[in-house]
Parts: sequence; structure tokens; C-alpha cells
Amino acid sequence: MEIAFYLSGLVAVLATVGVITGTSPVHAVVYLIVSLIAVAMVFFALGAPFAGALEIIVYAGAIMVLFVFVVMMLNLRPDAERELTWTHPRYWLGPSLLALVLLGALLALLRQGGVSEVIDGELLTARAVGLTLFGPWLMVVELAAILLLAALVTASHVGRRSNPLNRKMSGNRNRGGTP
Amino acid sequence: MNGIPMEHGLILASILFSLGLAGLMLRRSMLFVLMSLEVMLNSAALAFVVGATAWNQPDGQAMFLLVITLAAAEASVGLALMIQLYQRYRSLDLDAASRMRG
Repeated sequence: MEIAFYLSGLVAVLATVGVITGTSPVHAVVYLIVSLIAVAMVFFALGAPFAGALEIIVYAGAIMVLFVFVVMMLNLRPDAERELTWTHPRYWLGPSLLALVLLGALLALLRQGGVSEVIDGELLTARAVGLTLFGPWLMVVELAAILLLAALVTASHVGRRSNPLNRKMSGNRNRGGTP
Repeated sequence: MNGIPMEHGLILASILFSLGLAGLMLRRSMLFVLMSLEVMLNSAALAFVVGATAWNQPDGQAMFLLVITLAAAEASVGLALMIQLYQRYRSLDLDAASRMRG
């Protein structure tokens, strides 16, 4: 269990580095899928099989397939952004430094907090999670349903091929003849 | 060695969060920005699950479900915005859309 945890954690970190330093969009998406599956393995090693299965099904199975479809649809290719971003330290030094400072602060807080719990791999089954969800957390489930509905409406409105609002605006601009 | 200290799980979540934050600030392509956001949400979910298993309480996993729902909603809206950005500017560069027109 411990070996599985540390190995999958290492894989997750390395795959995430591959995501943020990649140039080809498809490779980056596949790296992100590897990272998510490694995090799912971490969940299995921690003793949360329900969360691990959900991570694989929803994250790696649904969300990342959406990413892959969009990348395929837009027909993206490795762009020349990398030369602009990576050759000069001026571009990557600041963000990396800020992220490192934040990481250091988080680690110092964790060390100072003195959490001494040890995860012994006791299983937290889907039954317990479901009883919590549909008992005291019922309102959260309904809020999640409303959130998903709002996201569906927003995505279908924003993602339309031709936006009538935009067409009307450009028509007004042409008629008005503003400079 | 028996058992994983809870700190190690939280340290892993912190590392993943910092990597996602660095990617968010570093990249200018909207696809990579969205993927960095996914990484950050995923690390928050990992922290929830670590807490749930450390204290043997299912509440953390219920919160994990909510985080996954949020990630799905964010990804769908973000990808729709990305398609619009690509159709208007023929590029995914976020700086192309930095000019605001009322």
C-alpha cells in the first residue's frame, strides 16, 4: 500500500510537470490523463476505492474525453509559443518563484500544524459515502444538480457556432458607420 | 513501515497545486490554462480525500463528489469559451482577447 502510494504520487507529479511544460496539445492532454489516473491510484492506495473509481470514470473518462474531442475538433498543432515562453528566464522565473514560495509556505504550515494521523488503509466504502450524501448532505446534491444544469445551459449557449448577439452587434456597427 | 502519514498525502496535494498554479501563470494558451485549472481542482480534491481517509469520515468523499461536479461544469464552460475564442481569433492565445470592447 505504501509503495503504491509513493510510486503513484511520483508518477502524478512527473506527469503534471509534463502537462505544464508540454508543447503539443495532444501530448499534454495525454499527460494529464496519466496524472489523473495516478491520482486515482493514490486514492485506491489510501483506501478510498469509491473516490478512485469516480476519478477514473468522471475525470479521466468524461472530462478528458471532452478535452480530447475539442483538441481534435480545433485541429491544434504544436505552436511557436514555446520559443517565446521558455527560452528566456524572464518569462518563467517569476511564476516559478511565486509557486515555489507558495509551496514552501504550505509545507511549513503542514510541518507546524502537527497533524499526526496515520492512514492505515481502512476502506471507506461507497455505502458510507452514499448514506452521508443522501442523508445530511442532501442539499449539497441538489446544489450540484443546479450547478450542472447551469453549466449545461451556459455551455450550449456560449459554444454555438454563430452567436446571433454578435451578428446583430456587427450589423449595427456596419449600419452606424462609426469610425 | 505501516500506514501513510497524513502529511505525506497533503504534501503531495500541495506539490500538485503549486505545479498547477505555476502552469496557470506560465502558459498563454487557453488549453493549457484550462488544464492547469483541472490540476489545481484535482489537488484540492486529493486533499479532501486524504482528510476523509485519515479521520475515517465519509464527509470528505462527499465533498470530493462536489469538487468533481464543479470540475465538470468548469471544463464544459471553459471549453465552450475556448471554441468561441478560436473561432474569433483563429488562435488560442489568451493575449489575443485582452482588448475589451464594450
